[in-house]
Amino acid sequence: MKKMFVCAMLAVASLVSRTMAQTPPSAESILARTDQNAVSGNKIILSAMTIHGRRDSRSISSKSWIQGKDKAFTEYLAPAREKGIKMLKLGDQLWTYSPDADRTISISGHMLRQSVMGSDLSYEDMLEDRELQTIYNARVVGEETVLERPCWVLELTSKGEEVAYYSRKVWVDKERFVVLKEEMYAKSNKLLKTLEVKSVIRVQGRWVQNVLIFKDVLKGGEGTEFKITAIEFEAVIPEALFSKASLRK
Amino acid sequence: MISFLFKGILRDRTRSLFPFLIVLAGVFLTVAMYGYVKGMETNVIRFSANLRSGHVKVMTRAYAKEAEQLPNDLALTGVAALLADLQKAHPGFAWMPRIQFGGLLDIPDDQGETKAQAPVAGLAADLLTPSSQEPRLLDLQKVLVRGHLPLKAGEILISDELAQKLKVKLGEKATLISSTMHGSMAMKNFTVAGTIRFGIRAMDRTGIIADLADIQDALDMRDAAGEVLGFFGDAIYHKDEAEKMTLAYNARNSESSDEFQPVMQTLAEQPGMNFMIGWLKYAYSLIILIFLVPMSLVLWNAGLIGSLRRHGEYGLRLAIGEDKGHVYRSMMAESLLIGILGSIAGTALGLALSYYLQVKGIDISSMMKNITMMMPTVLHSQITPVSFFIGFIPGLLASVSGTAIAGLRIYKRQTSQLFKELET
Repeated sequence: MKKMFVCAMLAVASLVSRTMAQTPPSAESILARTDQNAVSGNKIILSAMTIHGRRDSRSISSKSWIQGKDKAFTEYLAPAREKGIKMLKLGDQLWTYSPDADRTISISGHMLRQSVMGSDLSYEDMLEDRELQTIYNARVVGEETVLERPCWVLELTSKGEEVAYYSRKVWVDKERFVVLKEEMYAKSNKLLKTLEVKSVIRVQGRWVQNVLIFKDVLKGGEGTEFKITAIEFEAVIPEALFSKASLRK
Repeated sequence: MISFLFKGILRDRTRSLFPFLIVLAGVFLTVAMYGYVKGMETNVIRFSANLRSGHVKVMTRAYAKEAEQLPNDLALTGVAALLADLQKAHPGFAWMPRIQFGGLLDIPDDQGETKAQAPVAGLAADLLTPSSQEPRLLDLQKVLVRGHLPLKAGEILISDELAQKLKVKLGEKATLISSTMHGSMAMKNFTVAGTIRFGIRAMDRTGIIADLADIQDALDMRDAAGEVLGFFGDAIYHKDEAEKMTLAYNARNSESSDEFQPVMQTLAEQPGMNFMIGWLKYAYSLIILIFLVPMSLVLWNAGLIGSLRRHGEYGLRLAIGEDKGHVYRSMMAESLLIGILGSIAGTALGLALSYYLQVKGIDISSMMKNITMMMPTVLHSQITPVSFFIGFIPGLLASVSGTAIAGLRIYKRQTSQLFKELET
């Protein structure tokens, strides 16, 4: 009798543990883990952006200093025509400096929808720094394999705030909580942009998407490849860098 | 008999003045309206050709498909070689590379910060080469309100309305913010040389005009241009010739699938122009229909009334022995004379008004306030060879045919009844 009771208890425990293992975590907790992995303190990134246009492809390299989600300073390094162009983001404000015109211009209004350096990214995309969990309601809609990694498929719908994309579909790595694929939609459900991650690396204990392809679906061409060539987390960045005065230096 | 009838018309005005005035009014209106519509058609075509479409336009295939969006990323490259090729193939043509672009015009304050900013629609043409025909084609001297035309690199013209809105003065700096041919942000400083007013709402709100080389530099379009405009040597659009030339040019490259291959379009094939030319033809036909057909009917009716009014006179003439055929022929000759006199007078008056409107024009700007279509706001009439005879169609035929039908009653009248009629 005692033996039977122990067996029954073990069977129940096994069933419960198996059931728990199969139950997906809540969509909110997946988003929270994804946001946690994406946001860091200070970081310096060296990157190369290859824009595959309808006529040709060209590469632009840049260096970015990023502090949290609110402050970023980018300087373009090559090619010669773009060299010296700088961008400063402070919260929801964005400025760009052109050495040719020696002018600093605030990018606002309809200019935010324009492409950054001819890429498939808009200035609006650059400004979008809010955590996904704060602006989207999420639900898990399935499981798929991307880049040979098992992923949760999440459907995000705007909570009603003003967002660049009304809804998104994201594929989140089940173990690393890194977005490996994303589709961005308008309110009319029209697909606007896609993001495809080609490679993920581990740097200073964090998973980083280091090769990504952005594609503006409404635009011709084969998208923009964004490659992180070097990244340093928790870097020391002088506070003075995040000022309009530093744009002209 | 002609001189007898002519004297009768002049001396007995009770029987000739009314038909004469009717013919005169009808012919006058027909000639004046024809001149106005013809002038409007010519004005709109010339204006659009000079400003936007050329008589023919060469673009890349991809640019032509999205031409309304001014996609300079799909612009023509190797323009110098293309121009040489076009000039060799069509020596009678004038070829003008142009760039249409959009962007923002930003006016800095003393600190270099944005003082004012507005969206602009720009046009770049060769303004600085001494032999360039562009200033004449764009009629820049005429539309200049203040300042001078660009004399050196870095000078632009902006619309007078825009200058007032931005509070920018002549000689001040203005930064153009736009996109390069590759999509990067472009910023270039210009000096405001002058202000312009085209009299077109679309251009007067946001228009700027710059030298082609300056914009090629600003938009990273060296040896590139959005479009190359071609103009017939006599500055007149010859539809059939343009179509033939376009077909031949496009046939050369028809087998290539390269979306950057140059293609040629006639003025009528370009976006908006087809509609405009179609609309003008429709308006033209409608006006001709409205004026020519009812005018013919009015004149025909006048002929009928005139003949019926003289029922008694014809009866008397028949009663005293005049031959029916002779009465009928004299009526016809008389109405022919009145038709000729009325048509000559009406045509002369119509031509006089058309000439006045050809020189002075009619300002329709008050009707165009909220219209963004590229249309001139001062419309001029135009006198063509057709103007000299178009009024004769209703003037002559209608009055004669009216009399011819009314006159048939003469043959139905019985001599035995004539005295009875005269007694009453």
